[in-house]
Amino acid sequence: MKFWLAFVLAFAFGWMAFAPIATGSSEELFEIPHGTYARRMAGNQVEILPATIRLTLGVRNVLLLRNLDEVPQVFGPALIMPGQSFRLPFELASIYSFACTAHASGEMQVIVDPEPAAGWDRFQWRWERLRKKGSAF
Amino acid sequence: MAAVLRFLVAATLLALSMAPAFSAPPASALKAGVFEPAQPAPDFSLQGTDGKELKLARFKGKLTLLVFGFTHCPEVCPTTLARLAQARKELGSAAAEAVQVVYVTVDPERDDLDRIRKYLGAFDKSFLGGTAKPEVLAALRKNYGVFAKKVEAPGSDNYGMSHSTSVFMIDRQGKLRALMPFGHEPADFVHDLKLMLAAG
Repeated sequence: MKFWLAFVLAFAFGWMAFAPIATGSSEELFEIPHGTYARRMAGNQVEILPATIRLTLGVRNVLLLRNLDEVPQVFGPALIMPGQSFRLPFELASIYSFACTAHASGEMQVIVDPEPAAGWDRFQWRWERLRKKGSAF
Repeated sequence: MAAVLRFLVAATLLALSMAPAFSAPPASALKAGVFEPAQPAPDFSLQGTDGKELKLARFKGKLTLLVFGFTHCPEVCPTTLARLAQARKELGSAAAEAVQVVYVTVDPERDDLDRIRKYLGAFDKSFLGGTAKPEVLAALRKNYGVFAKKVEAPGSDNYGMSHSTSVFMIDRQGKLRALMPFGHEPADFVHDLKLMLAAG
């Protein structure tokens, strides 16, 4: 019994630390819903983009912004037309600042973390993800 | 101890062998941010540094790289223009002929045509600049989602301009295809320009 318990734990550790990170999509999607402009004009506070977006190289390293509203919207670094998407890939781990009129601060920050290396880093990354999102994939 | 180690190695190898075959999704072809679907880039009518009217329509059939800035810019504009000049060199003369850099001032108060012409000439003689009345430039910036704001220097008559730093990439059909954020190296521009030229 002890043998199998130890084996399962070692198996789990090995998988979490060394298995490649699976990702169905590398995109982190943010959408401006239909009617956003109208709600803003009616005096409602509408926040779509967080002031800071966190991405991870090799996992989620593409920011995808989609405008489903009826009017053009300045969304992060780009003016996006109705029905249009803007797909911005990141290849370097760094902190990126963009002017963004959609934010009160006038700035949007994208923090791109390096891909967790195989071993302890990847184990920690998966552990954190498991703790926060309930999925280690 | 050796047995424990062998046991851990065996468990790890087994875990790895059972990891599903993962394949990364295809990367975006361009290094720049891409608009999908691409839409016609807003045209404009400015006074050009070549003495002609500066309009996007003039560059149909070429790739146009549109930059907003000011000639007193201490860092962003010189860096961007130097990188674009380098990218054109690396493209080779034939391909470079198909790429037009257009620099629109956000500081018409100080940037007249002569000053812009001399400034751009220091980077690449083929670069064209443009200016217009402040309200015309403001309307143009609005069409591209570009911001520009005067920043007064305390205790000085001088001022700076805080402005958008991305390069707009307009394809040969005059569609706004992509936007390259500040900070990319010439190699990234070369990569994207080659792809856009190949796409026709």
